[in-house]
Amino acid sequence: MTMEADRHSRLLDAVQTAVEQFDSNPDELIPILNQVNRSFGYLPPEALEEVSKRLKMPQSRVHSVATFYQMLSTKPLGRHVIQFCESAPCHVVGGREVWQALQDELKISGGETTPDGKWSLITVSCLGVCGVGPVLIIDNEIFGNVTPQQIPDILARYN
Amino acid sequence: MKPYRSMVLVSSDTKSLESGAQDVFRNLQEQTRALGIADEISLSMVGDVGRHDAVPLVIVYPEAVIYGPVKPGDVQRIVEEHLYKGRVVPELQASSRELSGRIAWLSARKGTLPAENRIVLERAGIIDPTNIEDYLLHNGYEALGKVLSEMTPAQVIDEVKASGLRGRGGAGFPTGMKWGFVAKAEGAKKYVVCNADESEPGTFKDRVVLEGDPHSIIEAMLIAAYAVGASEGYIYVRGEYVLAQERLRTAIHQAEEMGFLGDNIFGSGFSFHLHVHSGAGAYICGEETALIESIEGKRGEPRSRPPYPTTNGLWGMPTLVNNVETLANIPPILRKGAAWYKAIGTPSSPGTKVYTIMGHVNVTGLIEVPMGITLREVIAIYAKGMKPGRTFKLAQTGGSSGSIIPASLQDTPMDFDSFAKAGVALGSGALLICDEDTCVVDLAKVLVNFFRVESCGKCTPCRIGNQRAYTLLTNIANGVGKLEDLEELRTLNDSLTQLSNCGLGQTAGTPLRDVLNHFRAEVEAHIRLKVCPSGVCPMSGHKN
Repeated sequence: MTMEADRHSRLLDAVQTAVEQFDSNPDELIPILNQVNRSFGYLPPEALEEVSKRLKMPQSRVHSVATFYQMLSTKPLGRHVIQFCESAPCHVVGGREVWQALQDELKISGGETTPDGKWSLITVSCLGVCGVGPVLIIDNEIFGNVTPQQIPDILARYN
Repeated sequence: MKPYRSMVLVSSDTKSLESGAQDVFRNLQEQTRALGIADEISLSMVGDVGRHDAVPLVIVYPEAVIYGPVKPGDVQRIVEEHLYKGRVVPELQASSRELSGRIAWLSARKGTLPAENRIVLERAGIIDPTNIEDYLLHNGYEALGKVLSEMTPAQVIDEVKASGLRGRGGAGFPTGMKWGFVAKAEGAKKYVVCNADESEPGTFKDRVVLEGDPHSIIEAMLIAAYAVGASEGYIYVRGEYVLAQERLRTAIHQAEEMGFLGDNIFGSGFSFHLHVHSGAGAYICGEETALIESIEGKRGEPRSRPPYPTTNGLWGMPTLVNNVETLANIPPILRKGAAWYKAIGTPSSPGTKVYTIMGHVNVTGLIEVPMGITLREVIAIYAKGMKPGRTFKLAQTGGSSGSIIPASLQDTPMDFDSFAKAGVALGSGALLICDEDTCVVDLAKVLVNFFRVESCGKCTPCRIGNQRAYTLLTNIANGVGKLEDLEELRTLNDSLTQLSNCGLGQTAGTPLRDVLNHFRAEVEAHIRLKVCPSGVCPMSGHKN
């Protein structure tokens, strides 16, 4: 109960901070959601409801934006999120094999989270660091020129 | 001016300074002088290069070798071995496997000589992007000064028209003409928007300009705003480009403090305010009307056109939308004149083009070359050839909406018109160069998957068409394709091209068309013989 209440109040705080940072301006909906997403890890339904109340905006509108952009997530993700670039420049220089190695190592497919909640594995379009493909991002850290053999070592750095 | 043989940059963020960057720099000066090579080497302190794990960093161009952490005592070896004898010192190099992506902008200089004539990338990688004074020392805001003190808005537009500059976002629309439309449009307020939502796979040129030379975009937007009569501007930067956003915000703040941005700029009566707007991960927002929707805080779904943004753009007002690379050409054009610009490149596509080179070649990275260079030249000269033992098979230009160029077209000049005549597209300037082990079915599958994922879903041809094309290509890759599928793919390409609402859908069929036009035999082998000639496709549906 208390954990639930604590989570709820943290969530309301995160929304309040984000909305105030952008002067409760409805035009700033995307940066506001981005901010909440960053501080809370994802956008739970209660957060969207609170944003809609504070910006005096229909919930449908908040929801439509929250589900449109790839950087906003309405689902909880693992403690660490691996974003794997599946675009052509990374694909042709060995990305295909790295993607296979990632799935084998984590025993999940794209879009899934490991049962222990440690890892989420998602595919993304080009990340704009194509000169050093294949590229993957773990949380905020970029790894370039990745080979399948490096995958266990890279993953072992996170706990 | 005598060209420098090498350029050496020393990081000078707080942590680097604490770790002795000043001494390293001083030693570099002394040692190069002692060996008599000081006038052949350009030395600079460049502020925060975005990597703090191995500071101070010493970066040597054109090889783009990164040394770090460099102790003052290491300098002698770097100077004697690398700068004097031309031998890299591997023991002193910073670990390169783990890149902090923040260092990507430094690849601007990789593989090119400092003496190369650059326009868009003139300063990126040379100046400290967080210091407005460094920009000012390199002709910064000189074009703005000239425009505000000597030219009328109409003269500015005429100059841009005369330069022949064409939009670098992919479509190649004449920039001056677009400016003219916005200038003529009636509106209570007008906006200038910089499209910095660079998301075309394989394209990272705008990132390098934004991270390495942010003031050039601010200056260009000021000039554009003066020319079209706008008072407010937005730079829409893709959400993943965090460092670019930081640098732009810093640059805007500095420009405001110095009076380049704000009200009544230098007593000219012209006022301009500029904001950075972050995207949130959606390729479609590179489409200008989707981008405008996104700035307004909505889903990034393209509007129906006409009316065009030039008359009914942001909040319904006349809006000029230009790409980063296009804007970066503006200050030099006004500083040096349209005639100077027109003399570079080809008559119908003047100027330079920035290309990103990737794939199975020896040197990947970024180049800026005059329009009209051929693919063969790019591969031989700038990419230093295919990787050992590999043969060139195809190049994919301009990210996913670009074309798949077969070897037979590698001598076609790369400019808007020559490419259009050959039935292919230049796109955004990404050059993905592939060897004979690349399967066209597999490549087309990846390209179509991109559109399948990134389609906003608003219009049917794009939403359903890309899904269907992906399914058909997957079947072919799995050895269960049928010859009739090829006809269906061609029909899908036609529907996408003719019926889609926006540029995403209209170009999504290009990989299908190119594969069918240039590589049909290879695709048919997958279907008739159940064999992937390159040994890439799984052919899993056929195994038993």
